[in-house]
Amino acid sequence: MAEATVNSSRPTDDGSVHGGLPTDRLLEAYRWMVLARVIDERALSLQRQGRIGFYAPLSGQEAAQVGAAFALRAEDWVFPAYRELAVALVRGAKLRSILDQLIGNSTDLANGTQMPNHFAFRDQNFVSASSPIGTQITHAVGAAMAAQRRHDPIVTISFFGDGATSTNDFHAGLNFAGVFQAPTVFFCQNNEWAISLPRKRQTVSRTLAQKAEAYGFPGVVVDGNDVNAVYLAVAQARRRAIGGEGPTLIEAQVYRFGPHSTSDDPHRYRTNEQVAAARERDPIHLLKARLMGTRALDEPGDQKIWEAARATLASAIEEAEKVPPIEPGTLFENVFARPTPRLETERAQCETFLEHGGEKK
Amino acid sequence: MTELTLVQAVNRGLQEAMRQDPDVLLLGEDIGVNGGVFRATEGLYKEFGAERVIDTPLSETGIVGAAIGMALYGLKPVAEIQFMDFIYPAFDQIVSELAKLRYRSGGQYPCHVVVRAPYGGGVKGGLYHSQSTEAFFCHTPGLKVVIPSTPADAKGLLLTAIHDEDPVMFFEPKRIYRSVSGEVPEGDHRVPFGEVRLVREGTDVSVFAYGAMIPPAVEAADSLARDGISAEVVDLRSLVPLDERAVVASVEKTGRAVVVHEAARFCGFGAELSAILAEQAFYSLKAPIARVTGYDTPFPYALENLYLPNAEKIEAAARSAVRAG
Repeated sequence: MAEATVNSSRPTDDGSVHGGLPTDRLLEAYRWMVLARVIDERALSLQRQGRIGFYAPLSGQEAAQVGAAFALRAEDWVFPAYRELAVALVRGAKLRSILDQLIGNSTDLANGTQMPNHFAFRDQNFVSASSPIGTQITHAVGAAMAAQRRHDPIVTISFFGDGATSTNDFHAGLNFAGVFQAPTVFFCQNNEWAISLPRKRQTVSRTLAQKAEAYGFPGVVVDGNDVNAVYLAVAQARRRAIGGEGPTLIEAQVYRFGPHSTSDDPHRYRTNEQVAAARERDPIHLLKARLMGTRALDEPGDQKIWEAARATLASAIEEAEKVPPIEPGTLFENVFARPTPRLETERAQCETFLEHGGEKK
Repeated sequence: MTELTLVQAVNRGLQEAMRQDPDVLLLGEDIGVNGGVFRATEGLYKEFGAERVIDTPLSETGIVGAAIGMALYGLKPVAEIQFMDFIYPAFDQIVSELAKLRYRSGGQYPCHVVVRAPYGGGVKGGLYHSQSTEAFFCHTPGLKVVIPSTPADAKGLLLTAIHDEDPVMFFEPKRIYRSVSGEVPEGDHRVPFGEVRLVREGTDVSVFAYGAMIPPAVEAADSLARDGISAEVVDLRSLVPLDERAVVASVEKTGRAVVVHEAARFCGFGAELSAILAEQAFYSLKAPIARVTGYDTPFPYALENLYLPNAEKIEAAARSAVRAG
């Protein structure tokens, strides 16, 4: 049960768990990572221009997210936090749908209810994210228990950060998963910062993965900048869960390059030098070097990937911004399966207010 | 029909739902082998096994969080919180997650969990085995909140809750778990939400109550009747959604309202009920709306009978309303 470390093995062509991802899959991973990075950069400027209300960047965590998502199957269930944009992309969420949610327009699948980054994509088994920290961890365990009861050969996976390991739900979730041998994977992206609090002030545990030991199942530390290593760790944890061997806690060690969110100024609590040092191991640069080393990629090819990502994003933004704003009546939808008489009354009052020249949207 | 106590009726409601649908399962502390500290789940572990009557570790956030995950996946979990007083570790799960999942996902992820919890005083339970904090949950959009006061309603509302599509907080008046018994229909007996139960008709004053406050309200009405005052007793039983039309109609008829609950007065459910009456029945009122509630103190141990509303207090409030106009 001791904590283990997964090291990346050389990529091979067979795509097996032991060998890691074959070259074509690595190249595919690289495209997703670049797209996520491009979205991040563009979203920060969209927020500053007032075109979206908020943004929580994921720069530095692309390999961890794409690697984990690559190890999952479509029928598995993802319980994300609010930084898992790259996971959503790999799961098949449409870029347009992501933009719709960031804007909160009338085609937003979440009906304009949530601030940006709090995605829900039912078709991708990507469960609705919330802002409270760690609450999704127990949900993933409960869903895994349900899958177990129905004998469905699937796993659930919860995504959370280093800060979440201090929460009630982290403890409750891991404890329940151990007791009930739930087929679930706990995927912690330790990005060293919970807003301003450094990892070492979150807990004095030597690693976060070692916490699994207390719950009676393995904890694994993995280099979260290495997409292949992450893929291997999650694939192995998935195999254990499917095989009835119970849960695994994975600590993917990464670094949050950007601010916690567009409302945060990281200069108050960390230096540029620290960030620059972390950027030396930028997951995108590492994967690019690896692909160039095997001649799967060259500079012109790389340029094309970045340009294609920017072009795809630009047209998705253009489309999403053309969509009409959300209708006021949607305010009252989905509170309950069917509106209560009180909600019907309030909806009518709101309509009257608008008809009499009240606030226009 | 069978004569049952209220807690037995809860048990039969759970049993009926579990027999109807293999997706219904229970989770909570001491509910399996032990049958629940109030025996609400007695015999169910034996009938349905450890997979459907799940004894969990001691963690309310774990119980409700796991139940949410199960519900998202398609099961119909009924979570038991041993006492309402211990629900707060799960408050975040209930208020931030359970209540909001349907809304925040644009209807993609409805989440139907029933959370059962015994509540209320009169059992020498002191601070942490006596409270009535239903108002917290009534104040949270997305939750339905029901409280039975009879065995038939306990079973009927519980079956409706389990077959509903929305999250339901099902609070059980533990003080009358065994002291109240009555006829309960066999089989799939359901009582719809959003309808009051008219306990007795009257013309002079309306007494609104629920749960363990119904017996003292009826006792007060009996006493008032001896003096020729006709009190209508209305069991609200479904706090969300509330049968506002029936509440308003009752006061339009009687012109006087007494609102009763065990919880502290300030911002209690009675405050909302009073506001509804002030908004919708103002011109029918002949007297100020009266509230008979717990005091705005924590729930006491030695002085709980002084703290709790009783027939005497309800009667006094009704008489004073009748005298006023």
